[in-house]
Amino acid sequence: MRYATPASAKEAAGMLSKEKGAAFLLAGGTDLLVKLKMGMVEPDLVVDIKRIPKIDQIQTSAKGFTIGAAVSGSVIGQHKGLKAAWPGVVEAANLIGSDQIQGRATLAGNLCNASPAADSVPAMIAAGAKAVIVGPQKKRTVPVEKVVQGPGKTCLAKGEVIEAITLPKPEAKTGDAYLRFIPRTEMDIAVVGVAISLKLERGVVKKAKVALGAVAPTAVVVPAAARALVGSKLDDAALEKLAAACSAACNPIDDKRGTVEYRTRVAGVLAKRAAKIAFQRAGGAL
Amino acid sequence: MSNATLVSTTVNGDPVQFACPTDESLMTALRNRVGLTGVKEGCGTGDCGACTVTVDGSLVCSCLVLGVEAEGREVTTVEGLSQDGELHVLQQKFIDHAALQCGICTPGFLVAAKTLLDRNPNPNETEIRYALAGNLCRCTGYDKIVRAVQDAAKDMRKASKKRR
Repeated sequence: MRYATPASAKEAAGMLSKEKGAAFLLAGGTDLLVKLKMGMVEPDLVVDIKRIPKIDQIQTSAKGFTIGAAVSGSVIGQHKGLKAAWPGVVEAANLIGSDQIQGRATLAGNLCNASPAADSVPAMIAAGAKAVIVGPQKKRTVPVEKVVQGPGKTCLAKGEVIEAITLPKPEAKTGDAYLRFIPRTEMDIAVVGVAISLKLERGVVKKAKVALGAVAPTAVVVPAAARALVGSKLDDAALEKLAAACSAACNPIDDKRGTVEYRTRVAGVLAKRAAKIAFQRAGGAL
Repeated sequence: MSNATLVSTTVNGDPVQFACPTDESLMTALRNRVGLTGVKEGCGTGDCGACTVTVDGSLVCSCLVLGVEAEGREVTTVEGLSQDGELHVLQQKFIDHAALQCGICTPGFLVAAKTLLDRNPNPNETEIRYALAGNLCRCTGYDKIVRAVQDAAKDMRKASKKRR
């Protein structure tokens, strides 16, 4: 196995695209090293992006935040600006694994691992996050919901690398929240995850985005659920409509963590709770 | 050794060089090449925390880090906790409270607990339990570990007040 530490995302992309054998990108390594240990992958080349300048930093600008692909969960959790702007995204990122995992795990890695149950992915989608993708020739920016195409599958072409995740500067009176259900108190894989962001205008929901995790092969955006909230003050009728829309959007598997029926039902319940948190964070009074 | 790479790093404050294959974990390199066997292998997949160390101050499972990634970094293991032959307060309190039985998980708990107390000198029980949730212990049932950390935190707070 060759190990390379490129000095730029473009150089990383070049290395990955030229490699004839099995090539893997290494950021936090919390998925790759487990696969390596289990013999699920046999890399000829591992490209470690952590030596790329600024890739381990969160940049703040007038447009919002640029979170480098090697920024760890613990760094995200300690970033006051990001926590104030998108608390739901920060909470979702920090739900992944133990403090030891948080010391390494990244948002871009959670996205690229493409697990249906990835906690940060629905939260990033609800918040309008985008992936900045660098290829050997060109750079493109893709909304997070377009990146994952199925379990373990992404839209990244050979040689393409996610350099950063961007989050917009939230509009006034915006709030977001992410809730997941697991059978333990922490450190487990989501049975259902629900992320909601919404914007208020005079106490009424003006815009909303709802994304579910762990209930389909990829995270799903539920426009009907967002429509259920828009125009409401989160009254019971709106919350019931939201729950029904979320349950209707579920296409889950049965496994040891939850049955189809259970996941479908819980998606609605969690959506109502997440909506209330997002509403209050946006300054709404329940 | 195929593909051996020379790694220059700092371990517990000392400059260290070792050569390891590129696919070797930092855990294995620390144990077998640097001789720091306080780093324990439990699961090897980041679930149990027995191999916990810090790299540039970040708490990590060294089984989920490649040895070659340590180049130019600062690694701290349980062996770096004691100073001048004196046990760290946490180590002494683990003994006082009998917070260990077989001892395999202890180095990881100590490194994780120290990282917690560096960040939060006065954690409540819930905070301690969450911060140590990445470390599994099959002997103690955790209560004694939590009490040892609380007691150590108390002493460390007193000591830091005195210093001021």
